[in-house]
Amino acid sequence: MSDTTQTATETATETTVELTYREAMREALHEALADDDRVFIMGEDVADYGGTYAVTKGLHEEFGRDRVRNTPLSESGFVGAGIGAALGGMRPIVEIMTVNFSLLALDQLVNTAATLLHMSGGQLDVPLVVRTTTGAGRQLAAQHSHSLEGWFAHVPGLKVVAPATPADARWMLPTALADPNPVIIFEHTGLYNERGPVDPAAGPADLDRAVVRRAGDHLTIVAWAGMLPKALTAADQLAESGISAEVIDLRSLRPIDLPTLATSVRRTNRALVLDEGWRTGGLNAEVAAAITEACFWTLDAPVARLASLEVPIPYARHLETAAIPQVDDIVTAARSLVGDADA
Amino acid sequence: MPETDATTFDYAMPSLGADMDDGRVLEWHVAPGDTVHRGDLVALVETEKSDIDIEIWHDGIVDEFLVDVGDLVAVGTPIVRLRTLDGEPPPSGTPAPVAEPGAGPDEVEDVVSTVTRAASADAWRPPAATSGGRVPASPLARRRAAELGLDLGELHGSGPGGAVVDADVIAASTRAAVTAPSPATTSPRRSADTMRTMIAERMATANREIPHYHLTRDLDLGSLDAWLTERNAERPIAERILPAACFVRAVAVAAARHPELNGFWSDGRFEPADAVNVAMAISLRRGGLVTPKIERADERSVDEVMSALRELVAAARSGSLRASWMTGATITVTHLGDTGADLVHGVISPPQVALVGFGRTRSMPWVLGDDIVVRPVVTSSLAADHRATDGAIGSRFLATIADLLDQPEQL
Repeated sequence: MSDTTQTATETATETTVELTYREAMREALHEALADDDRVFIMGEDVADYGGTYAVTKGLHEEFGRDRVRNTPLSESGFVGAGIGAALGGMRPIVEIMTVNFSLLALDQLVNTAATLLHMSGGQLDVPLVVRTTTGAGRQLAAQHSHSLEGWFAHVPGLKVVAPATPADARWMLPTALADPNPVIIFEHTGLYNERGPVDPAAGPADLDRAVVRRAGDHLTIVAWAGMLPKALTAADQLAESGISAEVIDLRSLRPIDLPTLATSVRRTNRALVLDEGWRTGGLNAEVAAAITEACFWTLDAPVARLASLEVPIPYARHLETAAIPQVDDIVTAARSLVGDADA
Repeated sequence: MPETDATTFDYAMPSLGADMDDGRVLEWHVAPGDTVHRGDLVALVETEKSDIDIEIWHDGIVDEFLVDVGDLVAVGTPIVRLRTLDGEPPPSGTPAPVAEPGAGPDEVEDVVSTVTRAASADAWRPPAATSGGRVPASPLARRRAAELGLDLGELHGSGPGGAVVDADVIAASTRAAVTAPSPATTSPRRSADTMRTMIAERMATANREIPHYHLTRDLDLGSLDAWLTERNAERPIAERILPAACFVRAVAVAAARHPELNGFWSDGRFEPADAVNVAMAISLRRGGLVTPKIERADERSVDEVMSALRELVAAARSGSLRASWMTGATITVTHLGDTGADLVHGVISPPQVALVGFGRTRSMPWVLGDDIVVRPVVTSSLAADHRATDGAIGSRFLATIADLLDQPEQL
């Protein structure tokens, strides 16, 4: 698992191509459908329409209505059907349009998918993959813009990942499909048009490790999903004023790769956790607490968190922008954390 | 953690020195069900410096052990849960492990105002240091300062809200152009090497931070010798008074008369101590030394000081020093003994401000009246902190000691 795999997915080689996050995910889906007859996709408008975010565009034409299936507007129903198919030996990929709608399927996901292996005494695997979107920034208002991935990261029995790069969008899916447990993949709506290198030959990426996306010495910024590009931009700006920020892409929201976080923070002695979700009870709190427990004696400042304002995400662009952490906020928080006098 | 109620309280790992971060329980001296009283020894604890028997501060009945033998736990960690004796309330000030009362409306408002995305700098700004309270400092800074033997209170804090951060500690240690020992990794095992490291750091700090001045004075011990010979004549060997006890007693009385030398330098000023607790430097056979104290030595007779001294030396050499002996000394005495050197230029043990040394007692020509006679002579020396006192005070202090030892009946 591993370093080699991960390095391969992130390092440019002769075969590396530049893909958008959307294209990378589509390529992963295409490969899954082509390679394994047990794989099928279902969800709202995934077939003719190509998915609300156009991720499944073209797959319906190539693989047909049986393998790329539209469903009624009933998340509880089609997620339950996906669980049944998984139990029956299929490898369903269920698309839930946004994480807000996943709440209608919480019973299926939390009470059924996450528990069956346990309640059957190890007899029933649920090899279900759920893809859904998370995050704000596209003026989709309060019922389509929330970041609730932390709720799922709370639940034992689920694996929760958040690819933040095209390479991870391309290579996390095959690992998720190979996993006998239910895996939820959170795709941030703001990332679909992001471009990045993808090695078509890299092979499946691990699902349980955080990755240092940028090395630094003065503080560790922990980010996932849509916060990662902002963290990297902030790190560039911080470097101009002499602050060297290490940026870690959490990638796996459950389990959390604490060793990677702790190794970094024990060296930088400061940590800033970014979360597009809310602060109170958020995944940011779990990450911050875990870092504090593991690194308390090497901390040179309190573990800091930067999260969204505690409001439903607004529709108006300026209000939406103000509600979620932006690059300037990250820079300010980081400077304050390292004791920069100007902060 | 098990539920507690109004009839239980916890006893926590005590701090047996300013630089103690953690301790390991090596042995319990009590068992669940035992009734203990204030001052009873409850456990043998291994610290970086030595193995120390720790005392309980309150009466109670041992209910359960909260840590296992061999566990290394931080200072302040509850290690024993006790039940109160019949009908008694838990000791006040005992940090019973019960939930804090809920926040009042005002506090809730404060909390809510910080519960926003804006991780404003204020959110992680430490509260201002209260007078006499803890210096705001990061855990890393606190640990490194302890490793380097630096007093956090003397450092300038550049972190949020003036908190002392790691860079401040490093700056303070490098300003003095002294290469600090590499930070010791937190080794679960303590050893003689660790004691050496601790002594090294402490003494390096003392030499770096304290502007010492040194005074010496030769003393004629003829009168003391005669006085001791007389007092010891009818005593069994085990009860005889040794000159060291007289030295300690003389220093204690002199310290009480010259309070400028009895106390601590902290936060940039001298704080006189309210008692005279004389630490005695005792070298250990396996190497290193410890400095347990004789409490209120100025209020004790020479005989009492002697018996305390015997107890300390025996305990130090058998590794069973009590916790309460290891902290709170206000002045230190070092006595090289009769096989040692003639003169000691001592290094003060911070935050104390004075150390008194006595060299070897030897026969010397001495002018007495108009005659040159052979007398037993010892060289007394004072190492004092020039921030706290000047040579005139130190000089008078040594003169007082000389006077006391010359007229031992005053002891």
